[in-house]
Amino acid sequence: MSQPFRLNKEGLINRNKKISFTFNGKKLFGYEGDTIASALIANGIHLVGRSFKYHRPRGFFGAGVEEPNAKLQVEFNGHSEPNVNATEMELIEGLSATSQNCWPSVNFDIGAINNFLKMFFPAGFYYKTFMWPKSFWYKIYEPFIRKAAGLGVASIEKDKERYEHKFEYCDLLVTGSGPSGLASAYAAAKNGAKVILAEDKPRFGGTLLTDDVSIDNLSGKDWAEKIITELKSMPNVTVKNRSQVFGYYDHNMLVMFERVSDHLEKKSKFTPRQRLWYIRAKETILSTGSIERPIVFGNNDTPGIFLSAAAKEYMKVYGVLVGKKPLIFTNNDSAYETALEFKKNNVEPIILDTREEHSSELIDEAKSKGIDIRFSHGVIVANGYKKVKSAKIGKLNKDKNSFGKIETVDCDCICVSGFWTPSVHLASQSGNKLKYEEKIDAFIPDKKKQHETSVGAANGSFTLEESLKHGFENGSNLSAKITETKTEISIPNVNEKKYGAHDKFWCMPLPKNENPKRFVDFQNDVSVSDIEIALREGYRSIEHVKRYTTLGMATDQGRTSNLNGLQLVSNIENKIVPEVGHTTFRPPFTPITIGTIVGREVGMEYMPTRKTPMHEWHEKNNAVFVDAGAWKRPRYYKLGSETLFEASKREAKNVRENVGICDVTTLGKIDIKGPDAAEFLNRVYTNAWMKLPVGKARYGLMLREDGIVMDDGTTTRISENHYHMTTTTAQAANVLSHLEYYLQIVWPELNVNVVSTTEQWAGAAIAGPKSRDMLSKLYPDLDVSNEALPFMGYKEAEFFGVPSRIFRISFSGELAYEINVKSDHGMFMWEKMMEVGKDFGNQPYGTEALSTLRIEMGHVAGPELDGRTIPSDVSLNGLVSKKKDFIGKNSLGREAFNVESRQKIVGLIPIDRKSSIPEGSHIVQDQNAKLPNPKLGHVSSSCWSVENNNPFSLAIMKDGKNMIGKKFFAVSPLKNKSIEVEVISSHYVDPEGKRVRS
Amino acid sequence: MLYIKCPYCGLRAQKEFSYGGDATVKRPNINEEVSSEDWDNFVYMRKSPRGKHIELWQHIAGCRQWIKVQRDTATHEIFQTAKVTEEIR
Ligand SMILES: [Zn+2]
Repeated sequence: MSQPFRLNKEGLINRNKKISFTFNGKKLFGYEGDTIASALIANGIHLVGRSFKYHRPRGFFGAGVEEPNAKLQVEFNGHSEPNVNATEMELIEGLSATSQNCWPSVNFDIGAINNFLKMFFPAGFYYKTFMWPKSFWYKIYEPFIRKAAGLGVASIEKDKERYEHKFEYCDLLVTGSGPSGLASAYAAAKNGAKVILAEDKPRFGGTLLTDDVSIDNLSGKDWAEKIITELKSMPNVTVKNRSQVFGYYDHNMLVMFERVSDHLEKKSKFTPRQRLWYIRAKETILSTGSIERPIVFGNNDTPGIFLSAAAKEYMKVYGVLVGKKPLIFTNNDSAYETALEFKKNNVEPIILDTREEHSSELIDEAKSKGIDIRFSHGVIVANGYKKVKSAKIGKLNKDKNSFGKIETVDCDCICVSGFWTPSVHLASQSGNKLKYEEKIDAFIPDKKKQHETSVGAANGSFTLEESLKHGFENGSNLSAKITETKTEISIPNVNEKKYGAHDKFWCMPLPKNENPKRFVDFQNDVSVSDIEIALREGYRSIEHVKRYTTLGMATDQGRTSNLNGLQLVSNIENKIVPEVGHTTFRPPFTPITIGTIVGREVGMEYMPTRKTPMHEWHEKNNAVFVDAGAWKRPRYYKLGSETLFEASKREAKNVRENVGICDVTTLGKIDIKGPDAAEFLNRVYTNAWMKLPVGKARYGLMLREDGIVMDDGTTTRISENHYHMTTTTAQAANVLSHLEYYLQIVWPELNVNVVSTTEQWAGAAIAGPKSRDMLSKLYPDLDVSNEALPFMGYKEAEFFGVPSRIFRISFSGELAYEINVKSDHGMFMWEKMMEVGKDFGNQPYGTEALSTLRIEMGHVAGPELDGRTIPSDVSLNGLVSKKKDFIGKNSLGREAFNVESRQKIVGLIPIDRKSSIPEGSHIVQDQNAKLPNPKLGHVSSSCWSVENNNPFSLAIMKDGKNMIGKKFFAVSPLKNKSIEVEVISSHYVDPEGKRVRS
Repeated sequence: MLYIKCPYCGLRAQKEFSYGGDATVKRPNINEEVSSEDWDNFVYMRKSPRGKHIELWQHIAGCRQWIKVQRDTATHEIFQTAKVTEEIR
C-alpha cells in the first residue's frame, strides 16, 4: 500500500485519485497522472526487463521518449500490447504490465547466461556467429535465438479498437510546447494565423515544468498554463497534447500521432484509440527540445542509473525519488539542478564533476547549500547486479585518461549528465543537412530545406531567454508573411540560472586490469568494445559501423547513444565528429501502432463496395457473390444444397436450352460525343469504324501502343455524333483514362467528349434460344424479329413505360440481347424479366455460368487478354485493319510478333473426358522430364462444357494452331495434378457462330 | 505525399492524381510513315533522369485533366505545373 519512494507534496499528479495496477502479477498502487515508470519507481521497483543480447538486468534510464530499456508487455482496455514504453504510458485503473525478454522471470532469467557467453555476441554477431556449421542453423541457432530474443508478444487477436485518420491544413504547425514552442504559437496566433500546437506529453510546458525559472514573475509552469489557456480560447488555434509529430514528409506534410483514449478508463465505442493526422502546414516551427546524453562508464546499464534530468522530472512532475542516496555524475551545470532538487527534498547527493574546480551560479548555490561536490571526479564502474549498491569512483588526472585516488562509495542511484543533444529528427527528415556545432558537441539544423524553422533547444539554444526570444520572433515573422498582420508582443522578463561551460568529456577511461562492459547503446546492447572491434575489422563509414554493431538501430533510434557512438568513432579514427558524419533519421520518431497507420480502412472499409441496383434481389435469391474489383457480382444462385459446380452447370445449361438473365451492370460504359467521334473510334480500335450506321453495334478491339491487346467490347452508334462504348468490368477506369489521354494530349484537335456512364445504366443480358420469345413479351409493341432487330442491331423502346436501350449483342454465343435502363429502374426491369421469363424457363445466371458459356464458345476474356497477347495470338487478327492507322498498329509489325511458332490460342480436352484441368497449368511434352521441364504454354481458362458434358479449357500455346490433334500433359504443381490432354480448336461450340445470328 | 497544383483546381494532395510518365515524349503523327527506330524510341525508350523532369499526371479524382508537372525526381521538389497545351521551360 505504501509507496516508499513517493514524496509527500511535490509533483503534478492527482493524489486524490489512487490507481491500482499489477506488475509481474504483483498488485501495486500509483496516482492519476503517473506513468507506469513513475508508479513503479514510487514503489521502489527498478528491475523491469532484461537486455536484448546479454539478458542483463535493466531498469529505467529516462522519463520519456528517450527511454531505451523499460519496454513492457501491457494489458489494458482488453488488449495486450508489446514494447510499451513504461516512461510514456500513463497509468490507468486495472492495467497489468509484465517484463519482456526474460524467462522464466525477470528476477531469474536463463538467458542471462548469454552474459557469460560473450564470445557468442561480439559486434556483427548477426553476420558471423551463426553462420557455421550450416546444419546447426535450423536445429540449434535459430530456435535458440527465437526463444532467447524478441521484445514482447504481438497479440494474435483481432484489434477491436477504432483508429482514425484526419487531414488538416494550417499556417503554422508548432511541434512541442516548451518555452520556444509556446512563444512561437502565441506570436503566430496573435497575428491571426491558423496554428496547430502539438505536444507529445500529457502536460504542456516541456522544460518549464521542471526548470527553476520565472517568466514575468510567474513560475515556468504557471506561465505555460497561462499561455496554453489563452491559446485554447482562440478560434484560430488547435492545441493538442498526447500528440507526437513523428514524421516530416515531402511538400511540408507532417504526420502526427494522437493518443486519444489510452489514458481513459471509460470511453464510448466511437472514441478512437488513436488518431493519425496528416497536416499540410505552410510553415513549421520545430520546437522539439533536446535530450540529455549520458557519460559512458563501467556497468552503466545497472538498474538505478538514470539520466540526471529524468531524476529531476520524477521528483518535480511525479513526486518520486529515484533513490535516497544519489550520486550525480556530470560534465556540466544542468545536473546541479537535479542535486539541488534532491537537497530540497532532504536527500543528500554527492556530485562528481569531471571539470576542475571552478565556480558558476549553480555550483556556488550547491556549495552554499552544503552539497558534497568532488571536482575532477567520475564514476568508473557501478557495483550491484539487479540494482546499484555502490560505485567505484576515481579522481581524474589532468590528462583525463588516468586516475589519482580510486575509492568506493555507497549509493542507490547514479544520475548522469553528459550534456544535451538537440532533437533534430524532424529537421533532418525534411531534408535539412545538419551541421556540427562545436560549442555544444552536437548537430543542429543547417539551412532550411522545406519550410522548417528550428527554435530553442532543438536549435542548440539552451537558455530560456534565447528560446523565448527566438520563439516569439520566428512565430511572429513566419505568420506575418502569411496573414499580413503583425501584432507587437513584448518579450517577457526572464529569471534563470546562468550555466558555466560544459566539459567535452563523454567516456570514462578504465583503470588497468578492469574490464566491465561500458554500454553506448542500451537497447541493442552495443558496448565500447563492440565499436572498437568494428573499427579494427575495417568498418569506416558510420553507416556501416551502425549496421555492423547495430548501434542506434533499436526502437529508441539511438536517442541517448548516437552522439557518444560518433565521439567514440571519431576518437579512435582521429577524426573530428563532422567528418565522421551522422546517420540518417527516419520516421516514425517513436514506434506507432499498425492500427493507427491503417486507420479505419479495415474490413468493410478497406475499399468501397460497389453494388448494382439489383443487388438486393440477388441477395434474397441466394446469390453467392464474387468480387470483381470493387463490385459484388453474383457468382451463382444456390438452389438447395447445390455446389458451385452444380449450380453453374445448371445455369449454363439452361441458357443453352431455354433462356437466362445475367446482371451485366458492372460492365464499363463510356459515352462518346462529338463530330469527330467516328474518327476517334477509328484511331482507338483496330477495326474500321467510319461506316458504322446509326442504330448498329460493333465489336471492337483496342491495343496499347506496344501492340498488346488492352481491352475489348462493343460500341453502339446511338445517333450521328453519339456513341455508347462498353469495356470490361476490370478495365473500365483504365480505358477512360486512356481515351482522355489521347483526346487531351495527342489529338486535341479532335472535337470529342468522353464521360463514364457506368453508374448511370443498369444492364441485364437475356441469353438463350428462347430469348427472342421472351423479348417479344417484354416489348409487346416492338418488332423484335431477326429482320427488324438483327445481330448487332440496336433499338430504343419503352420497357413497361420506362425508357430503355436494347442491344442485340452476345457474350454467351447464344441468341442474346442486352437491355439497359436508368439505374433507378434496374430493380424494376429485373423483377419484370423474372416475372415474364417464367413462361420460357428463364433462370438467372452468375459469372461462373457466364464464364462457362464464353469459354466453350472460345470467346477470349481477361485470362487470355493478360497483357502479353497481341490480336493474332487470340485469333482476333480478323479485326485488325490493314488499311488504316490506329493506336499500336506500328508495333504489330515487330519481328517477334510474327514468327510462325508464336503462342496462339487453342482448346484443350482431357483424354479421359473427365479430369478438369486446373487454370494456370503448364503444358509440357513429357510429364516426367527433368526440371526445368520446357513449358509449351499455359492453361488460361477452364470450364465444364455443358454442351459436350466434359471438361474444356482454353490455353495459350507455342505454335498452337499446328499442335491441333496432338497430345500433351497439363501439369499443375500447385494442385499436384498432371492431366493428359488433346489440343483442339478454341471454338468448341458453334464454331460458325450461327446461333448469335439466328 | 506530394502537393500538386492542378492548373484547373489548385493545390491538391497526390492521392487525387495518377502518374503518367514523361511529358516530353511525342507520339508520331497518326497516318504518317514512321521508321521502326523512331517508333521503338517512342514506345520503349525513356530517360530516367535524376533531377528536373517534366512529367504527365492526371487529376483522376478531380477534374480528370491531364497536366504537366516539372518535378525533381531526387528531391520531389515541384517547380512548375501547367496545362498540357502549355509549355514548361
Ligand atoms: Zn484538377
